[in-house]
Amino acid sequence: MEPLLLPPIPDLHRIDVYEASGGYAMFRKALGMKPGEVTDEVKKSNLRGRGGACFPTGLKWTFMPKDSAKPKYLCVNGDESEPGTFKDRQIFEFNPHLLIEGTLIACYAMGITTAYLYIRGEYKRWIDLVQKAVDDAYARGYIGTDILGSGYSTNLYIHRGAGAYICGEESSLMNSLEGQRGYPRVKPPFPAQNGLWGCPTTINNVETMANVPIILRIGWESYSKIGAPKHPGPILVGVSGHVNTPGVFEMPTGVPLLDIIHQYAGGVPGNKRIKAVIPGGSSTMILRGDALDGVCMDADSLKAAGSSVGTAGVIVMDEDTDLIKVITRITEFYHHESCGQCTPCREGTGWMLKMLRRFEQSDARPADIDLLLDVANNIEGNTICALGDAAAWPVQSMIKRFRDEFERRAVRGTSPTPTPAPAEALA
Amino acid sequence: MSQATIPATLSEKSLRRIEELKTRYPHPQAVLLEALWMWQDEHGWISEEGMKAVGAALDVPYHHVYGVVTFYTMFNRKPVGRHKIEVCTNVSCMLRNSERLVKHLEDRLKIAVGETTPDRKFTLVEAECLGSCGTAPAMQIGDRYFENLDAAKVDTILNELS
Repeated sequence: MEPLLLPPIPDLHRIDVYEASGGYAMFRKALGMKPGEVTDEVKKSNLRGRGGACFPTGLKWTFMPKDSAKPKYLCVNGDESEPGTFKDRQIFEFNPHLLIEGTLIACYAMGITTAYLYIRGEYKRWIDLVQKAVDDAYARGYIGTDILGSGYSTNLYIHRGAGAYICGEESSLMNSLEGQRGYPRVKPPFPAQNGLWGCPTTINNVETMANVPIILRIGWESYSKIGAPKHPGPILVGVSGHVNTPGVFEMPTGVPLLDIIHQYAGGVPGNKRIKAVIPGGSSTMILRGDALDGVCMDADSLKAAGSSVGTAGVIVMDEDTDLIKVITRITEFYHHESCGQCTPCREGTGWMLKMLRRFEQSDARPADIDLLLDVANNIEGNTICALGDAAAWPVQSMIKRFRDEFERRAVRGTSPTPTPAPAEALA
Repeated sequence: MSQATIPATLSEKSLRRIEELKTRYPHPQAVLLEALWMWQDEHGWISEEGMKAVGAALDVPYHHVYGVVTFYTMFNRKPVGRHKIEVCTNVSCMLRNSERLVKHLEDRLKIAVGETTPDRKFTLVEAECLGSCGTAPAMQIGDRYFENLDAAKVDTILNELS
């Protein structure tokens, strides 16, 4: 598949180069259509959100009220903080105008006149790059008042975060944008009814927005035939950990994980065996390296394999990896990032961390394995937002698929198991 | 006798910028994070005076500003060194030996994670995922990212920092 999100065109981040390659033509095209027709195209394309939940984008857009006495808002989610995820960053750097064009088309389709692009605070360099692109788009008349003489007006503002994973959760993002602590909100009401400042709001991921101009360009029919039929389109897959050539690769959905690891990311250093793979960012369920045959990067295939696409951040671990150390670090992250509103998540992540540290030091009891699982099970589904689930799933799947690793460390009172040496090849 | 203190205000430039930014939102409170960034850029960290000054500029009460500052990890609530070094130790970096990098920095700077060198030049902290998983291990110093690191590269980077 020829790359559509990140085509290898030099200096594509510059507006003149982007325009010369056909950029902003789809926004012009959209302005000539009825807003409902644009939404229909996106709906029929079967584009599903690239932020983790795989929710159908066109359907989400239809939740927005057509007539609203209140202003309507679009938030583009560029908080990208899920460990293993570094894809939106590539769009900011190499194709920011595709993101801007997609955002403008989305605004037009939903009758929105203000969009905010929320980018994580650490990405200051990329915020500056995207700000330059936004300024250029204003200067060329693609954003602002009476855009290209169409009578349609909208604004697009960049909003910088300040370091909080939870702000990637859509309702937390809205609170953060309003200048509050980034606490997730109870749903319902859903953002399309009651979002930013109590007004109808849609929240879409950066990569999702970048797909929108592509749908209009090649048509919904062609788009829906790319990759996996129920989860089609180009997707940015980030591969990290124990691979020879880590990075972000654009591919159609539905590529086998083993091909992603071996063909795209150059295989495992020293040709070591793959012990485990986290397929979609740290919150997705871990898979055994010996159970990857036929597992593909799309929603259905990964669901069948007992995991999920998440943000398509593939983390590869070779045979020498200490998985107890990995799950302890992941749990430390969720404990640190828990906002503290819900007791099961606030307390549970801390309890899991304490227990995992005992496993890490080979100082746990055999009964601790089921106790740990019990804590995880009591977090899942019992919190306002999905961070609780995100903390529980890695622990649950690690126990389910690598119980022997825990058993080996549940030997309180005996001599500790030596920790495997780090992969020298990567030094 | 009270000592003369530095006036606890934002610069004129920042105050003007805040007025501009207010027009982007229906409520001035939405400018809070950006205003706090301005204060931190000007002062290095966000003191109680800073929270009061920012709150006054936006008509947001101090207790609210305090709540926000304490929620976000990038806001420094105490003075830090001239260069704040944040090493990512999350999974993807961990798998590529970020621990060794942290140890190297501790040895070289002769401080532990969370500390500042006596000359107040460097502060060393561990960071959560920076989004550099494909270029791991990575660290951030101020607004700059440094990636694909090893001990030798870290030494070169530190030598170049004034």
